[in-house]
Amino acid sequence: MKRRAALILLPLIALLLGAAAKPSLVPDVSQRRIDIIYSFTGAELLLFGAIVYPGGRAPEKPADVVVVVKGPAEPIVLREKQKIAGVWMNAENARFRSVPAFYAVASSRPLQGLVDDRTAAIYELGLRNIQLSPASGETPEAQRRFEAGLVDLKRRGGLYVESPDGVEVSEGVLYRARIAIPARVPVGSYTAETFLIQDGRVVAAATREIEIDKSGFERFVAIVADRWSFTYGLVAVAVSVALGWAAAAAFRKK
Amino acid sequence: MDLYLPIAGLSVNIIVIIGLGGLVGILSGMFGVGGGFLTTPLLIFYGIPPAVAVASSATQITGASVSAVLAHHRRQGVDFQMGWVLVAGGALGSITGGYAFRALQDSGQIDTVVGILYVLLLGSIGILMAREAAQSIAVLWGKAAAPPRQRRHNPLVAALPMRWRFYRSGLYISPIAPLLLGFGTGLLTVLLGVGGGFVLVPALIYLLGMSTRVVVGTSSFQILFVTAATTLVHATTTKAVDIVLAVLLLIGSVVGAQLGTRFAMKVRPEWLRLALAGIVLAVAVRMALGLGWRPDEIYTIQPL
Repeated sequence: MKRRAALILLPLIALLLGAAAKPSLVPDVSQRRIDIIYSFTGAELLLFGAIVYPGGRAPEKPADVVVVVKGPAEPIVLREKQKIAGVWMNAENARFRSVPAFYAVASSRPLQGLVDDRTAAIYELGLRNIQLSPASGETPEAQRRFEAGLVDLKRRGGLYVESPDGVEVSEGVLYRARIAIPARVPVGSYTAETFLIQDGRVVAAATREIEIDKSGFERFVAIVADRWSFTYGLVAVAVSVALGWAAAAAFRKK
Repeated sequence: MDLYLPIAGLSVNIIVIIGLGGLVGILSGMFGVGGGFLTTPLLIFYGIPPAVAVASSATQITGASVSAVLAHHRRQGVDFQMGWVLVAGGALGSITGGYAFRALQDSGQIDTVVGILYVLLLGSIGILMAREAAQSIAVLWGKAAAPPRQRRHNPLVAALPMRWRFYRSGLYISPIAPLLLGFGTGLLTVLLGVGGGFVLVPALIYLLGMSTRVVVGTSSFQILFVTAATTLVHATTTKAVDIVLAVLLLIGSVVGAQLGTRFAMKVRPEWLRLALAGIVLAVAVRMALGLGWRPDEIYTIQPL
C-alpha cells in the first residue's frame, strides 16, 4: 500500500520541485534488503521514480532513463580450455581484479542511441563497458578475448543482463524498471543506479544500496560452515550416521 | 518444490535430488556398491559446483553405509582388525587427498584430473567385472568349464615383512598391504567423491585373498569411516559440504537401497554383476567422450 501511495505522490512532488533549471530524479527501489531463505528462487527488484522537469511539464523530447543494478565486485581467475592431446583442459588464464558478481542494465531506448562510447564507458553503461580491471599482462587482443568470454559466460548464466527497453516511462515523468535477481547471485551489497540522460549527456544520477543476505537457517548454516568448520563437519557426519541408522532400524521392523 | 542449498548457493528441485538419491540407492541395494561413482557426475551434470558435489556425496555415503555395516555385523561379516588397518590407511589417504585437491583446484586442473581418473578407474574395473561375469554366465550355461582357481596369495603381498594374523579374514599377511590399499581408496574418496567399494572389494578378494564371507562387510566398515574422515577434510579445507544436499540425497538413497535389495534377491548374481559392469562401463565411456568433446563452456570462473 505504501508503495502505491508513493507512486501517487510522486507527480505531486514532481510539481512541487519543478522550479530547478535542469531535470532531476526522484528515485526509489522496491526493496532495500533481499533475504535468501529456504524457498529463495530469485527475486524481482522494481526500480521506480519520477523525472522532475523545470516548469513541471515534460518537454517535447523527454529525457531517457537508464538503470544499472550491480553486485559486489570480486577478484577472479578466468580459465580458458583448449584441446591438448585430445583432451579439453584448462590452458591459459587471466586475472581480473573487480568483476561484479551481477550486472543488469535496463534503459528506455537502446543504449547506442542514447550516449556515445565515451560516456557509456565512464558510467559503465552496457555489457561492453563493465570495468573489470584486468590484472595480468596479456596482449590487448588476448585481453579482449578473455573479457568477451567472461561477459558471455555471465550473460548466459543469467548474471549479466542487458534489456534495451526494460525501462517504461509513462507520461514522460514516471519511470519504472523490473530487474530479475536470479537464485544464483552471491550475498553482499548491491547498488542500484539510475541515470537521467538528455541529448547524450547524463544530467542527473542517483544511487541506492541494496543488501542481499542469507537469513534464518540458511544464514546459520553458512556461518557455522565458515567459522566452525570442524564442528560443522562433525555435525554433518553425525546427522548422516543418525539418518542411516534410523532408516536401517525402520526397515528392519517391517 | 524448490529448495535453496546454503553452501552450494543455488536452489534445486527437491524431487529431482531425492529421486537421484533413490536411483543411486536402488543400484547400491542391488549391487552392494556405494554408488558414489554415479552420484557425483549426476550432481555435477545437474549444475551443482564440482567441489560441493564431491564433498556432499561423501557425506551421503557415510549414512548409506551405516545400514550395510549393521547388517553385516549381525552375521559376523566384519573383520574389525582388518577394518581398522584399512581405516588407518584411508584416513592418511583422505588427508593427503585434501591437500592434493586444494593444489589441483589452485592450478585449475581438478576437473581434468577427476575426469581422467574416473575414465581409467571405471574403465578398467568395468572391463574386469564384465569379463568375470561373462565367464560365470558361460559356466552357468555349461558352455565352459569353471576356470582354474587363481593362486590365493599374491607374491608381492606375501613378500612384505612383519606379518599379522587376521583370523576372521583367514589371512596371515603384512598389514602394510591393506594399509596401502586403504590409503589409495582414501585418496579416491576425497578426489572423486566415491566410497571406493568397487575398487576395494575386488582388491581385497584378488590381491589379498581375503575370505569372501567378510569382504563386503569389512569394506563397508572402511567406507563408513573413510567417508566420515573425508567429510571432515572437506569441511575444513574446501568448505564445500552442503548438509542440506547430503540429507536430501540420503532420504532418497536409504529408501532406494531397500527396494534394490528386494529386487536383487530375485535375480541371479551373475546377471547382476554383468549389469553393474555395463553401468560402470557406460559411465566411463560417457566421461571419456566428455573429455574429448568440445565442452559447452570454454571459460570457467574461479574466485580468488
